[in-house]
Amino acid sequence: MEKMSRRKFLKLGTLCAAGVSAAAIGASSVASAATTATTGTYQKNVKRLKGTAMGMVIDMREIDSEKIAELQKVCHAFHNVPNVPNEKDEVKWIWAEKYVNLFAGETTERLAEKFADKDFVALCNHCESPVCVRVCPTKATFTNDQGIVLMDMHRCIGCRNCMAACPYGARSFNFVNPRDYLDEVNYAYPTRMKGVVEKCNFCAERVAVGQLPLCVEAAGGAISFGDLNDPESKVSKLIAENFTLQRKINLGTKPKVYYII
Amino acid sequence: MIEKALIKRTSKSYWAWVLFLIALIAVGFAAYLYQMTQGFTVTGMSRDISWGMYIGHLTFFVGVAAGGVMIVLPYYLHNVKEFGRITVVGEFLAIPAVIMALLFVVVDIGSPMKLFNVYIYATPHSMLFWDSVVLPCYLLLNLVVGYSVLQAENKGLHYKKWVKALALVSIPFAFSIHIVTAFLYSGLPSRHYFLTAMLPAKFLASAFATGPSLIILICFLLKKLCGFDAGWNAIKKLSVIIAYAYTATIFMVGCEFFTAFYSNVPSHKAALQYLFFGLHGHNQFVPFMIVFVICVVFALFLLIPRQNRENPVKLGFACALVFLSMYIEKGLTFIIGGLSETPFGEIASYHMTAVEFLIIVGIFAIGILIATILFKLVVVVKKDRDPGAYVPEDRAGLALKLTTEKGMFVDTVARDKDREDEDE
Repeated sequence: MEKMSRRKFLKLGTLCAAGVSAAAIGASSVASAATTATTGTYQKNVKRLKGTAMGMVIDMREIDSEKIAELQKVCHAFHNVPNVPNEKDEVKWIWAEKYVNLFAGETTERLAEKFADKDFVALCNHCESPVCVRVCPTKATFTNDQGIVLMDMHRCIGCRNCMAACPYGARSFNFVNPRDYLDEVNYAYPTRMKGVVEKCNFCAERVAVGQLPLCVEAAGGAISFGDLNDPESKVSKLIAENFTLQRKINLGTKPKVYYII
Repeated sequence: MIEKALIKRTSKSYWAWVLFLIALIAVGFAAYLYQMTQGFTVTGMSRDISWGMYIGHLTFFVGVAAGGVMIVLPYYLHNVKEFGRITVVGEFLAIPAVIMALLFVVVDIGSPMKLFNVYIYATPHSMLFWDSVVLPCYLLLNLVVGYSVLQAENKGLHYKKWVKALALVSIPFAFSIHIVTAFLYSGLPSRHYFLTAMLPAKFLASAFATGPSLIILICFLLKKLCGFDAGWNAIKKLSVIIAYAYTATIFMVGCEFFTAFYSNVPSHKAALQYLFFGLHGHNQFVPFMIVFVICVVFALFLLIPRQNRENPVKLGFACALVFLSMYIEKGLTFIIGGLSETPFGEIASYHMTAVEFLIIVGIFAIGILIATILFKLVVVVKKDRDPGAYVPEDRAGLALKLTTEKGMFVDTVARDKDREDEDE
């Protein structure tokens, strides 16, 4: 008796599963029919900057500490990056870092003072093989079709695995409520809540409407932005003509920020 | 059956203990609410040291949970009958340990209300995702197996075949929880203290020393408090496992020193220098590492010579030293050490805050409360069904005087009916 009922149960289960999948197939064909009927509603974004591997070339010969402070101000103001006074809890997307720190372990033993103490621009490297994307348990951080590494703040659970993973120290966690530390809120860009990780997004929201990243604009030619895969792009030409450095290439992350020294 | 632990045969001291633990849990919970409202600024963690004591404790208690398998594996795979009476202790130890490990993840999550995104957006290339798969699976396996075995014993029956099948499945899961936890760290390219293929092996070895050490200490405690005798032969077998596993662990710690200091690669040395000697003026962990080294020396001295190991007093001390030393090495310093060298070549320091401390105390209290209930259940059921495991009342009081007189440990296993009647 017991065996009979189990068999019956299994049969019923199989029928149910078959029914559900049949219904799903039916629904999806209806859905695809609907899409076909409304073709033309969505248009390709023609304004967007083109490229499959967006990268940056920073000409450090033309950038000093004041300039970096200015870049940071522009970037942080637009992206609602909080100005947290406590250094332990600070949030930063673009900032100044000494040459010896930025290239820690890769500098020469004895170094001219003008380099050792020189402030360099530090920001997310938007790696082609990003460790943060690999370790994130929710795909809250991901690479878009232009090779820009982005964050979905709504999905981030704040586990901070990406911070432990990032070899470039590019990521910040909101240790405090960031909205308490905004001098002025820019309503063109979302604010964040406490308990999520954030970082530079290569101004993906501007790239989408054909504008260059804010720091590129503010640097007045010292920073270039474009497609590293396109040999005709300005960044590719700069890399072809100048001696450049990337940070920690031995880790296999393929960073896309180049520095002209 | 659970009512046996909860309400039956309870004493005033039992309720006092439970209330004390609940009070600690309440304090921990209040601290957690404070952390949630204020943000993680109230912890010692920073932009540089992004993981702190919580993740360290997660790592350590995953090890404790995995360590229980050193009883389950010999019993179910190699038919080591001496462990028959305490397999359920191994399984029941894993339950509070895994729960504690999971709680240490939850309190470390910045946005816990979004926690289930880990399952909704399952990401197989993330090790943290796999950790969140294997840990609950291992918890469930131990709950089902431990409870079924004990329930069968309570009813005077032999446990069902499927229980043994699940027990066998739990063995690879025990290994996997700690391997995956090691992969969390050993796959990070820029953290040189973590980036070593030695890590999963070292974690497993230290787990197989720490878990059984705690089991022996619990057995001694159960004997003192309840007169439950695990059997001296079982303890002796476990002590051999501890001796080998602990020696292997310390060997691997030594290997790390050799690789770092003989190769002389600065970033390989940085974490060890920071932890053991202090680096660039940051030396807050040096006292802990001195205690670690002292513990190691004494523990090895007490574990390796057979006459020391087979002396209950010395074995008890050895187990406490093993537990303490691995708690320092893995629970307190491993994570901070690995993150101490920032991506900018500087040393960042970390100071645990009172809030973190209270939350950790609260989670310890939760673990100990669960363990108290589960082990009380074991003792009550065994008292009814396995009188051979019970030291007569007058001797129970003597039990933890732990005299070297071996006769004191009644070797009841020989008299015990085999729980394993698979041949029939």
